[in-house]
Amino acid sequence: MNWGGWSEFWAMGGYGFYVWGSYAVTAVCLATEVFLLRRRTREAKA
Amino acid sequence: MSTAIKWFWFASPQTFFPLAGTIARACWIGAALLAVAGLYVGFFVAPTDAQQGEAYRIIFIHVPAAWMSMFLYVVMACWAAIGLAFNTRLSSMMASAIAPTGALFTFVALWTGALWGRPTWGAYWVWDARLTSELILLFLYLGFMALQAAIDDPRRADRAGAVLAIVGVVNVPIIYYSVQWWNTLHQGASVSLTRAPSMASTMLTGMLLMALAFWLYGIAASLVRVRCIIRERE
Repeated sequence: MNWGGWSEFWAMGGYGFYVWGSYAVTAVCLATEVFLLRRRTREAKA
Repeated sequence: MSTAIKWFWFASPQTFFPLAGTIARACWIGAALLAVAGLYVGFFVAPTDAQQGEAYRIIFIHVPAAWMSMFLYVVMACWAAIGLAFNTRLSSMMASAIAPTGALFTFVALWTGALWGRPTWGAYWVWDARLTSELILLFLYLGFMALQAAIDDPRRADRAGAVLAIVGVVNVPIIYYSVQWWNTLHQGASVSLTRAPSMASTMLTGMLLMALAFWLYGIAASLVRVRCIIRERE
């Protein structure tokens, strides 16, 4: 286990902005693609 | 029925359609499970890096995304080439279906690379051989998509896109070998098929789990998109 608690986890040893900035944007990109694919599937069926 | 006949059976969009749906569903589930496992290993099992501290944890998405960006381009170019050579509809549809997901992974690789470069190199962006060739890859994907979108007749769009995709494939080995061919700020490969990886085994495990998760995600997203294209065109 690497972390003493949640605040330490979110801080990422002072690199929180870079680490979470990377993970958050990646998650948003993938979620957006899934959302757009679901919408396109719905429209293609209609 | 022999396997050879079955193979051609699935080359028809109508027969491939239900199979693609089944494979996509399995891949979504697999991708989600592997991502959970990969993130767990990446954040809770892999140790802090001696040189980079916690900033290195970007590796668990950066390297898999960069691998996928190159791999998907080669797969896309192969389908495009098959479609161009044999005039098979489904092959060209597969190429069109892969492009947006490939572009997405290229963007993710560039974005996470920028956020990793700032704390380690002191700059979000440098005009380095690796970074520049990866940016060209993004433009190739976007160019392929824009070109296909600009041509109304789908068969002509397939042919024009295929030529662009095939010519652009020369960029992939340039990206891969850029760290050897030029003096770049970007570090060389930590993982290769020819020698032992130069990283802790738990770090490698996390990275490979995330790579598999991205791989299955890429398959699932492409197959769902090809199903949309089949529905829209046929």
